[in-house]
Amino acid sequence: MSDPHSLILARQLTKRFGDLTAVDGIDFEVAKGEAFGFLGPNGAGKTSTMRMIGGVSPVTSGLLTIFGLDPARHGPTIRARLGVVPQADTLDLELTVRENLMIYSRYFDLSWREGARRADELLEFVQLKERSRDKVDELSGGMKRRLTIARALINSPELLLLDEPTTGLDPQARHLVWDRLYRLKQRGVTLVLTTHYMDEAEQLCDRLVVLDKARIAAEGSPRELIDRYSTREVLELRFPIDEQPSLDGKLNDIAERIEVLPDRVLLYTSDGDEAIAAVRKRGLQPETALVRRSTLEDVFLRLTGRSLVD
Amino acid sequence: MSVLTRRTAPVRVPTRSFHMVERNVMAYRHNWIVILSGFFEPVLYLLGIGFGLGSLVPAVSTGGGHTVSYAMFVAPALMATSAMNGAVYESTSNFFYKLRYAKTFEAVIQTPVGVEDAAMGEVIWAVIRGCLYSIGFVMIMQALGLIASPWGGVLSVLAALLIGFAFAALGTAITTFMRQWQDHEIVTLGLQPLFLFSATFFPITVYPPILQAFVAVTPLYRSIHLIRGLTTGQIDVGLLVDVLYLVLLGLVGVAVASVRLRRRLLK
Amino acid sequence: MSLMAGTLHVVEYNALVFRRIWRGSIAVSFFTPLFFLAAMGVGLGGLVNRSSGGVNGVPYLDFLAPGLIAAACMQTAAIEATYPILAKIMWDKTYEAALATPVTIPDLIRGEVVWTTIRMFIVAAMFWIVMYLFGVGHSLEALLAIPASVLTGLAFSSTIMAFTATRRNDSGFAAINRFVIIPLYLLGGTFFPIAKLPLALQALAWATPLAHGVALTRGVVLGNINAPEAALHALVPLAYFAGGLLIARALLVKRLAK
Repeated sequence: MSDPHSLILARQLTKRFGDLTAVDGIDFEVAKGEAFGFLGPNGAGKTSTMRMIGGVSPVTSGLLTIFGLDPARHGPTIRARLGVVPQADTLDLELTVRENLMIYSRYFDLSWREGARRADELLEFVQLKERSRDKVDELSGGMKRRLTIARALINSPELLLLDEPTTGLDPQARHLVWDRLYRLKQRGVTLVLTTHYMDEAEQLCDRLVVLDKARIAAEGSPRELIDRYSTREVLELRFPIDEQPSLDGKLNDIAERIEVLPDRVLLYTSDGDEAIAAVRKRGLQPETALVRRSTLEDVFLRLTGRSLVD
Repeated sequence: MSVLTRRTAPVRVPTRSFHMVERNVMAYRHNWIVILSGFFEPVLYLLGIGFGLGSLVPAVSTGGGHTVSYAMFVAPALMATSAMNGAVYESTSNFFYKLRYAKTFEAVIQTPVGVEDAAMGEVIWAVIRGCLYSIGFVMIMQALGLIASPWGGVLSVLAALLIGFAFAALGTAITTFMRQWQDHEIVTLGLQPLFLFSATFFPITVYPPILQAFVAVTPLYRSIHLIRGLTTGQIDVGLLVDVLYLVLLGLVGVAVASVRLRRRLLK
Repeated sequence: MSLMAGTLHVVEYNALVFRRIWRGSIAVSFFTPLFFLAAMGVGLGGLVNRSSGGVNGVPYLDFLAPGLIAAACMQTAAIEATYPILAKIMWDKTYEAALATPVTIPDLIRGEVVWTTIRMFIVAAMFWIVMYLFGVGHSLEALLAIPASVLTGLAFSSTIMAFTATRRNDSGFAAINRFVIIPLYLLGGTFFPIAKLPLALQALAWATPLAHGVALTRGVVLGNINAPEAALHALVPLAYFAGGLLIARALLVKRLAK
């Protein structure tokens, strides 16, 4: 049997929409206090999994418990202890910023007074205090996202579900969101998030699963996954477009593994500088050469043969 | 998938509906003038048709040897129609917008508030809004001397509540089948003959017997019949039939809407 | 660009949008008059004819039908001049895109007016056919009801377009409908003679284009109007139309030409 401390337990979890299998028999567990991520491209089954965990999408087959409860039987009880940040902001456009939080607190049966107290505290937390009387459509994308996060926290959830928390935000807005999520994690809130940004997964997740075509391709901490599926460094080479096809075989044996992408060649190796020297020695003249550390992007490429963000 | 292994939540009694009403009150605080101006329309109809056109029709027979002034005949019909229109508008156009574009419900169902609460809450809200209008209209009718007894006025407000409930439930159910805005034209097109032919502006006896039987089973006719009986003071067992009819219509509407909404939102 | 070409583009644009919904729209244009004339003209008309022997010496149906055509054009104009226009100014920014081409602001206005005229013509023609089927207006000059009612609608089209040009959101449109269109519809001479109104309201009614449009349309259908009367009743809506156009143009230039 599983660890009694696990907040979420899934065994052979499956979701089908007619003929389409969105989630195909996946197993995972999330422990209390953990930050757990689903990494994968669009259509890999991330959102379907999140909706099942959130208790708004019936499980087709397999086992799923949240807080040890079956979402089909105890939906309202589970949802009372969850915070959800959906992929698209589902804010109430007819209400002001503060009213959005107030009415959401009522949905959780909090009193008006308690709702007001928490709304003000959370507006402070997501730095929207000055905008509290504004209508929601006047906010920028990053502000709306922060308001959605504040809304998800109104019931002081033990578990926060975030579906693509920073997709579509500019870099500054993303860092602000990450900072707030990091603080929540430090307070002991369990985070479950989906993302197709590897930097986000590396920043936020203690542990993650790579989803591909409705199945789990790999599982572990970001570091573990990189160690297991990639090399320490990566050498990225760009050649003039017409030269790249003629490279066949010329780079062999320089690296542990070579990936040829449409616009560049990736050489996986423990020492990038050594690899550059080897390339030059063979008389090849790349337009640019860049040595970098391996990322989850490389893990994904290795596991699926495809890039994460196209 | 076999029926036995199907895992769906048991249908609950929607106890958290009231939070949806609170949400709507909050939203309309920014837009109270829209609510207020809703009083205006039925009153205009009463003045234009009831009195203006009524000046050409001195009296109408309401059966059983009773005769009332034209304004007295038309006013209860306008009250019932306005209860219907308010409920249908709120439960079709507004509800469709919330369902389709505002995604208000997507956010709501992620809280302990369930789909049933959300649907029931919308119906209750439509009824409350309709009730405000009915009270205003009855007060005007009373002032113009169009109500036989004050008790009839009070009861007719309750009747308007029931009418609002029945049509809001029906409208919510219909909206769950809608795919695009153009579908609302069908609703408009359906409301028009109801409005015009439900013994609103002339007694049902104008029709040949077969048509009379047909009109008698339509919802707005039953609504008008109920309110007209109460405001003109012609109380009989027939009014009980009206009440039963509307209660049944409302319950069927709520049931259909709940089932359809679950299927639509809980994918 | 020639005067016609720019205008034509706007009309074409509207026609393209309309192509997706025309079936429903034509059905509404046919069934609405059918239901109204059956219920109010025949059903209620029966009561009126029995109690008062008709109105102004004609059966109630004959009195009502032409008035309703003019009112229907007013309603069509009010819809066409509000939401679609504001959408093109603000939400979809269609005008902004059009003005980046050789199309000018007067082209836009002319285009919208021509388009609204086409829409009203369809509504009026359908209504006229239904009226004919009900046995009203069986004369050649009754066909003049169509241009007369379209003219009535135009008076509302340009004036409401001017109002729309000042709007930042759609909340004023419900008010236009509730406080202008519906009161005129119910009290403006369509359902009963204006002479039945209190004196102050009579004066007010005769200051509006609807009362004159209804009188003109009714006059040509019943064949009981003389040329000077007809000219007077045509002049009022025409004046509203022209005045509205000037204001709409000035306001749109102010708003769109930055």
